[in-house]
Amino acid sequence: MTDAPILSVSELSKNFGGVRALNQVSFDLQPGELLGVIGPNGSGKTTLVNLITRFVKPTSGEVFFKGKKISHLPPYKIVRLGIARTFQMVKPFYQLPAYKNMIIPLYSPRMRQLAGGHYGDRDAMALDLLEEVGFERDAHVAYKTAGALPQGYLKRLELAKALALQPDLFILDELFSGLSLAEVASIVPIIEKIRMAGKTIIMIEHRLKELFRIADRVIVMNYGEKIADGPAEAVMEDEAVKSAYLGTEAG
Amino acid sequence: MLVGTTIYALINTAILALMAIGFNLTFGISGVANFAYGAFYVFAAYGIWGMLNLLHIPYLLAVLIAVLANLILGALIYRFVLLRVRGQALSEVIATFGIGLAILELFSYFGWVGFEYTLPVFMDRSFIIAGTYVDFQRLAILGFSAVLIACLWWFTHHTSIGLAFRGIAQDERTALTFGIDSDRIAMLSVSFGAGIAALAALFIIPLGSIAPGEGYDVLIKALAVCIIGGLGSTGGVIAASFIVGFAERFTDTYIGSHWTMIVSLAAILLVLTIKPSGLFGKQKELEERI
Amino acid sequence: MKKRKERIDRGIKARSSDIFALLSWREMLYLAAPRLLPVIVCLLLPLLLGPYWQKVLLSVAVVALLAISWDILAQTGMVSLGQALFFGVGAYCSGAMNHYWGLSPVLTIPIASLLGGLICTLILLPVLRLRGIYFSMVTLIIPLILVRIVEATKIFGGTEGLSGMTPLPSTWFELYLSMAVLLAVLFGFRRMMDSDYGLVLKGINDNDRSVINAGINIYWFKAQSLFIAGAIGAFCGAFMTHVYMFVGMPVFALDYSILPIAAAVVGGPGTLAGATLGAFILVPMSEALRGFGGLRIVLYGVFLVVFIVALPEGIFHYIQRKYHQIERWVEVDK
Repeated sequence: MTDAPILSVSELSKNFGGVRALNQVSFDLQPGELLGVIGPNGSGKTTLVNLITRFVKPTSGEVFFKGKKISHLPPYKIVRLGIARTFQMVKPFYQLPAYKNMIIPLYSPRMRQLAGGHYGDRDAMALDLLEEVGFERDAHVAYKTAGALPQGYLKRLELAKALALQPDLFILDELFSGLSLAEVASIVPIIEKIRMAGKTIIMIEHRLKELFRIADRVIVMNYGEKIADGPAEAVMEDEAVKSAYLGTEAG
Repeated sequence: MLVGTTIYALINTAILALMAIGFNLTFGISGVANFAYGAFYVFAAYGIWGMLNLLHIPYLLAVLIAVLANLILGALIYRFVLLRVRGQALSEVIATFGIGLAILELFSYFGWVGFEYTLPVFMDRSFIIAGTYVDFQRLAILGFSAVLIACLWWFTHHTSIGLAFRGIAQDERTALTFGIDSDRIAMLSVSFGAGIAALAALFIIPLGSIAPGEGYDVLIKALAVCIIGGLGSTGGVIAASFIVGFAERFTDTYIGSHWTMIVSLAAILLVLTIKPSGLFGKQKELEERI
Repeated sequence: MKKRKERIDRGIKARSSDIFALLSWREMLYLAAPRLLPVIVCLLLPLLLGPYWQKVLLSVAVVALLAISWDILAQTGMVSLGQALFFGVGAYCSGAMNHYWGLSPVLTIPIASLLGGLICTLILLPVLRLRGIYFSMVTLIIPLILVRIVEATKIFGGTEGLSGMTPLPSTWFELYLSMAVLLAVLFGFRRMMDSDYGLVLKGINDNDRSVINAGINIYWFKAQSLFIAGAIGAFCGAFMTHVYMFVGMPVFALDYSILPIAAAVVGGPGTLAGATLGAFILVPMSEALRGFGGLRIVLYGVFLVVFIVALPEGIFHYIQRKYHQIERWVEVDK
C-alpha cells in the first residue's frame, strides 16, 4: 500500500489516576481499510476510540488524520474534519420520534461545510438516511418515538447519525453488542455498503465471527497494549492472542 | 501586626473550613448539593438558643438534642423529598433550595434578630499569643476544625460505613453490586452534613449572633470555598479555606474591609476561568470520561 | 378489580393535527384557542384592572419574563438560582446610562437588554465548561456578592442607589410595552425551542456527548442560550428601573431569583407557557397574601418542594393533557 495513511496513531497512552488504561499504542490506517479492534473487556478498546475522537484527553502520544495532527483539537472539531463515531451505550432522545433524533447531526456545521450553506429539508434527509439503515418507510418506523424502538433499531439509528455526518472515517464502537444474529446479519450489508463507497472504518467488536468476515485487518488489545496486528487468520494463530482470550497466562 | 493578622487569618480559615466541610461531605458522597445547608445551620442555632433560654435545658443536653434533631431532619428530608427526585440534578437543587428558603424565611418571619439571640461561649477567657489577644472561643474553633477534619479522614478510611461512603462516592453502581445500599448511605451523608452544620453553629455562633441572614451567609461561604477548592474534595476545602481565609483577613487589614467580598468574588472568577473544576476538583475527570 | 387509566387523544386533536383542520370552524377554533387566549388576556387585562392591580400586572409580566428566561436556561441544562443577576445587571446598566449620560429610555432599555445579556454571559462563561450544579452554585452566589460589593465600594450610588430616572411616558405605555414584550418573547422563543435550533439546545441538556459528536460546539450554543436568557432578564431590570425611576441594591434581592423559579416550577418547566401561567397565578396570589408578610416566601419555598416532588410536570402540562386527551378508567383484564 503506497497511499498515505488516513489515520495515524502514534504511541498513544492514557492514565486514569494510577491505572494505565492505554500504553503506547501505535498503528496506521490506509484509506478504504476496515480495521477490527478486538480484545477482552477492559483491554482499552473504548479508551482508544475516546482518545482518537478526544472525548478523553490523551496523557501522551499523537493522532494524525489525513496528515494533520488532531490530538490537540476539541472533539467537535475532530468530528468536523470527518471522523464520526457511534457509542457503545446508545442514548437517544427517547421522547422524540426516531427521525427527530437525526436533526442534531444534520444540524452539524460539517453539513454546512459540505453542502455549502444550503442543503434542503432536514426532516426529509433524516427519513432518507433512516431508510438507508433499514427503517422501513412503509411501516412508518421512523415516526415512532425512540423509546418505543427495539435495541436493533436504536443501533441502526446510532449508525444513521454517523452516516448523516458523511465522514471519511467511521469508528463503530461495539455496534453489534446486544443484537440477535438476525439483527447483526441485517446490519452487515449496511457496513459493506459504506465500505464500497470507499470509506474507512474502525470497528470495535466482541462478535469475532461476524467481524472476521468483513475485516481486512485486526488489532488485538490486552491490558491497554496492542498485542497483535494483521489479517484475521494470522492474528488468531498468534500465541499471545490465544492466551489473552483463553485466559492462560504464561508463567 | 503581621503576626496578629496571620493568627486571625488562621482562625478565619478554620471558620470557613468548618462551614464548608459539611456541605462538601454530603456532596462528595452522594452528589447531593444541599442548598438547605445554611438553613440547617440556623435551625440548630435557634434550636439550642430556644432550649437554653425558653426551656432552660442544661447546655450539654441542649447541644446533644440539637445535633440529634439536625441528624434526623437531614435524614427525613432525604427520605421524603430527595429520594423521590434522586438523580435529577435540577429537581434536587430546587427541592433543597426550597426547603432552605422555607426554613430561613420562617425564622425571619418570627423576627428573632438581635444581640440577645446568641449562644454562650465555652469559656470567657482570652489569651495573649505572640502579642495578640485571642479569646478561647476562637482557639476552640481552630482546634475543633482540625479535630473534625482528622476525624472525618479517619472515619472514611477506617470504618466500614466510611468505606461504604467512599465506595458510593467513587462508583455508585459498583458499590451497589457489593451490597452497599446507596440510598441508605446517601441518607446518612445528608444527615451527617446536617449534623456537622449543627456543630459548626455551636462553635461559630458565639462569636456573633443568630440571624436568618447567617444562613445565607454560611451557604455563600460554603459554596465559595467548595467552588474554589473543587466540589467533593476534602483537600480542596482545606486549601480553599486557607486561600480565602488569608486573602480576606489580609485585605481587611491592609486594604480595607470593603474589599474582602471583592477578593472572594475575584478568587472565584479567577479559579473558574483557569481551572473550572476548582483547585482539587475531580469534576473535569468525570466530564472527560463521559 | 384492578383498573388502569387510559388516555386517548380527542378526536378533534387527531383531526386538527393535519391539513384537515382547515375544514371546519370548530377545528380551527380548537387549534387557535390556546394561542388566542393569552393574547386576549394580555391585551384586555390592562383595560379591566384598577390602578393598584395594574401595578401588580406589571410585576406579573416581569416575573413571567424572568421565568421564561429561567426556563430557556433550564431546557439547555443550566439551572439558574440567580435570575436576580440578570435583572440587576440590566437595571444597573440602564440606570447608569440614564443617570450619568442622560440617555432616554427609548435607548437605555434596548441597549441595557443587550449589554446586560452580554455582561451576564461573560461573567458566567467559565462555568459553562462544567456540567451539573456548578452553574446553580455560581448563579446563586454572584448576585449576593455583587450586593456586598455595591454596598462596600459605593459605586452607582452605593446603598442609596441612583434615583430620578426618566419615567416612561404613561402607565398605559408601561402596561402595553410589558404585555407586548411578554407575548413576543413567549411565542417567539416557544417557536425557537420547537425549531431545529431549539432541539440542539435541548439535546445539550439531554445528552451532551451526542451533540458534541455531531461536531457541534456545545459551549458556543450554551453561551447563546445564556445570552438570550440574560437579555430577557436584563430587559426586565432595565424596564423596572424606569418604572420605579430608581435603581439600587434591592435589584439583586433574592425575590427576583425565587419568584421566577417558583413560577416556572409551579406552571410547568419546559414549555415557557407554563412559566408564564405560573407567574399569572403566583404573583396575584402573593399580592392577596400581602398580610402574611415574610410568610409569602416561606410559601414559595414550600410550593417549590411540593411541586418538584409531587407534581414535577406542573400545572400547564396537566391542562394541556386535559385539553388534548380524554381520560377514563378501564378494567385490566387478567
